[in-house]
Amino acid sequence: MSAFSAVKSLSTPTITTRSTPSSNPKPSFPFPFPSPASAGAGSLRHSAAIRLNSSSPSPLRAVSSHVLSDEQRVTSPSNHDKALVTRREALDLYEDMALGRSFEDMCAQMYYRGKMFGFVHLYNGQEAVSTGFIRLLQPGDAVVSTYRDHVHALSKGVPARAVMAELFGKTTGCCRGQGGSMHMFSAPHNFLGGFAFIGEGIPVATGAAFSSRYRHEVLKEASPSGGLDVTLAFFGDGTCNNGQFFECLNMAQLWKLPIVFVVENNLWAIGMSHLRATSDPVIWKKGPAFGMPGVPVDGMDVLKVREVAKEAIERARSGEGPTLVECETYRFRGHSLADPDELRKPDEKAHYTARDPILALKKYILEHDLASESELKGIEKKVDDVIEDAVEFADASPFPPRSQLLENVFADPKGFGVGPDGKYRCEDPKFTEGTAQV
Amino acid sequence: MPFRKNVKQTNIYGLSISFVSSGRAPLLFLVLYSSLSCVLSLISRRMWGLARQRVGFGNFSSPILGQVLQRIRPLGSVLPKNYSTAAKEMTVREALNSALDEEMSADPKVFLMGEEVGEYQGAYKISKGLLEKYGPERVLDTPITEAGFAGIGVGAAYYGLRPVVEFMTFNFSMQAIDHIINSAAKTNYMSAGQISVPIVFRGPNGAAAGVGAQHSQCYAAWYAHVPGLKVLSPYSSEDARGLLKAAIRDPDPVVFLENELLYGESFPIPAEVLDSSFCLPIGKAKIERQGKHVTITAFSKMVGYALQAAEILSKEGIDAEIINLRSIRPLDKATINASVRKTNRLVTVEEGFPQHGVGAEICMSVIEDSFEYLDAPVERIAGADVPMPYAANLERMAVPQVDDIIRAAKRACYRSVPMAAAA
Repeated sequence: MSAFSAVKSLSTPTITTRSTPSSNPKPSFPFPFPSPASAGAGSLRHSAAIRLNSSSPSPLRAVSSHVLSDEQRVTSPSNHDKALVTRREALDLYEDMALGRSFEDMCAQMYYRGKMFGFVHLYNGQEAVSTGFIRLLQPGDAVVSTYRDHVHALSKGVPARAVMAELFGKTTGCCRGQGGSMHMFSAPHNFLGGFAFIGEGIPVATGAAFSSRYRHEVLKEASPSGGLDVTLAFFGDGTCNNGQFFECLNMAQLWKLPIVFVVENNLWAIGMSHLRATSDPVIWKKGPAFGMPGVPVDGMDVLKVREVAKEAIERARSGEGPTLVECETYRFRGHSLADPDELRKPDEKAHYTARDPILALKKYILEHDLASESELKGIEKKVDDVIEDAVEFADASPFPPRSQLLENVFADPKGFGVGPDGKYRCEDPKFTEGTAQV
Repeated sequence: MPFRKNVKQTNIYGLSISFVSSGRAPLLFLVLYSSLSCVLSLISRRMWGLARQRVGFGNFSSPILGQVLQRIRPLGSVLPKNYSTAAKEMTVREALNSALDEEMSADPKVFLMGEEVGEYQGAYKISKGLLEKYGPERVLDTPITEAGFAGIGVGAAYYGLRPVVEFMTFNFSMQAIDHIINSAAKTNYMSAGQISVPIVFRGPNGAAAGVGAQHSQCYAAWYAHVPGLKVLSPYSSEDARGLLKAAIRDPDPVVFLENELLYGESFPIPAEVLDSSFCLPIGKAKIERQGKHVTITAFSKMVGYALQAAEILSKEGIDAEIINLRSIRPLDKATINASVRKTNRLVTVEEGFPQHGVGAEICMSVIEDSFEYLDAPVERIAGADVPMPYAANLERMAVPQVDDIIRAAKRACYRSVPMAAAA
């Protein structure tokens, strides 16, 4: 029984699985060959094809982690006569990706200088996914991420200063230094975390989408977006083997929730290749198994991601339900700054470095005369200044005071209960000064 | 004037209700109540004074300590037993159902989610009638996906709603414990107060009858261990109603541990409990029975056993004070310590496994705050340190019985003061 009376039965998804065109000799996975033109339903385009070793993995044989084979086909962003984006949009995309890249590079620097510590997971190489999706959102929409969340937060609008200070563990950070790299939260920007456990964010995002639908239908609150507030859930390929992922695909489709499940398939879960861990590595096909459309896209091309994102977000906003989008992408650095990254082959890395999304967008902008080289340089300089300022701000900010240790455990200040003197602890001034015995 | 005192307490604790000014109470009732209250204030102030004399705060070396301790008087019930309004009876099931009903009707953001809560009327019929009244958008039957729907509840709470997530038993909450602890309990802290999680996780906890090891564990100690959670465990119908209402109104994640065997038990409740704005404060224990020789703390079903034990003990000259904890986290250490300072002996009773249990925490709290007052080592009664067996006789042995409480109380009392009564 569906939760919402508006929907009584599952409707057949409008975007169905892509079958491989018959011109290709043998099917390959995880990414199918591109079809020459969009096959009717929607303007979705396929990702670039990577042909794999065709041997199908059996449980008893070791599976090769080789993604690349000798026959590689790399397609560059399509050269259209008419640009896919306006100048303003293109520059916004460029600036956002450049911000994400410079920020993460600065994080690496600061980590090795000892200003940042613990677990830090960098997003270099995957900027197209974050920018392509998040820049399309309205302020009321929500984003739920994983531990690799710095750039998602930046794209959503959290100031670089706040993120950097949080990473330094200073009290001026977006979570007052209490969250850290893996737990970025920003209520004003509807950035709902930052979760260290993989798969943890997916039910939370599904719940946020549920809340959006509930507010619209039960509480009769209208959203300024004109439809439902959309939630984006970002997670990786490893997460797609986790039970919570499937539970939420089911419930999101069952209740037609306004959510887009965005898989950032960078092929590696720390040192575990996606192919070694997954019985059927084609992730987007798992959407239709639950009744929702599954769409693959080239995650190194921000314009392609943006096209797919537009449609998926519109679907969600109009109440048609969830979409599963699988973005083929790659992280240029290791899993975290502590990862020696020895298992990935250099030719694989080289292949993806050649498809750097920022360079690709730059080339596109220049080819279509959307901006000049010097303007782009200007944007890069502006971004560098923002990052420098963020670092200086974070450096100059104070560490949290001792009294902050016990704060924020509960929203209800009386949540600390009754102290030995019979009064509520929160009424004891010593408690907040950090000198009381707890 | 105990009832007015109760009402005033709820206002002090910041809950946004006001019994007296509630528009819901019928006018006639208000008139009756206020006239009755005037009469009672005279009676009970007298009684309170008597109670204080009996308790005797005079054993302290320092006057300052005495003054401080005067303020740790256990708040709550010096209930006059001869209250003239006829006490109504209500089962715990009815109490929970009516609490849910009233909170859902008062606040449209409250919704109920869980397995079988809708069309089945609740696995234990707690949510009976709610689907019919509120519709499928607000009473959601979920698939069998604890991790998924607990997380959905948390996400909905992040984004402004007030979910009540039911676990068929708290044993199944282990499948969702990552969400209860990592994404609910810790979020207000990790986000530095930006995102609070006003969610309630409720369901039966602890042993039932003959359901085997995987359906019988008590999770009070597990959840009470975590900062950021509030853990409540009601005993009577009054507890069930008041605490569930408080939990739903609370802006923080609350784990609400009910007991399946108590659902059908009926308790007399005073009239004010029926009011839709009735609420009990979180973090305060209740003294179910005043006593002077030994303090017995318990929660949930064990409170009933302790009260039975107290009856039997009183015939042998041991006057036991029974504390119904109500709130496991935050633990009402003030009430417990005040009671121990009065009686000098402590027995803790719980149904769960003994190691790292609730009793261990209470014992430590008493040692930290009231060591000099103990005349005997603290006695801890807990379930047997084994997974719950199935056979009925073994199960009886694995869970504390009234006899165990009696023996422990006697052990606590015989240590230094010889008792006149024979066993």
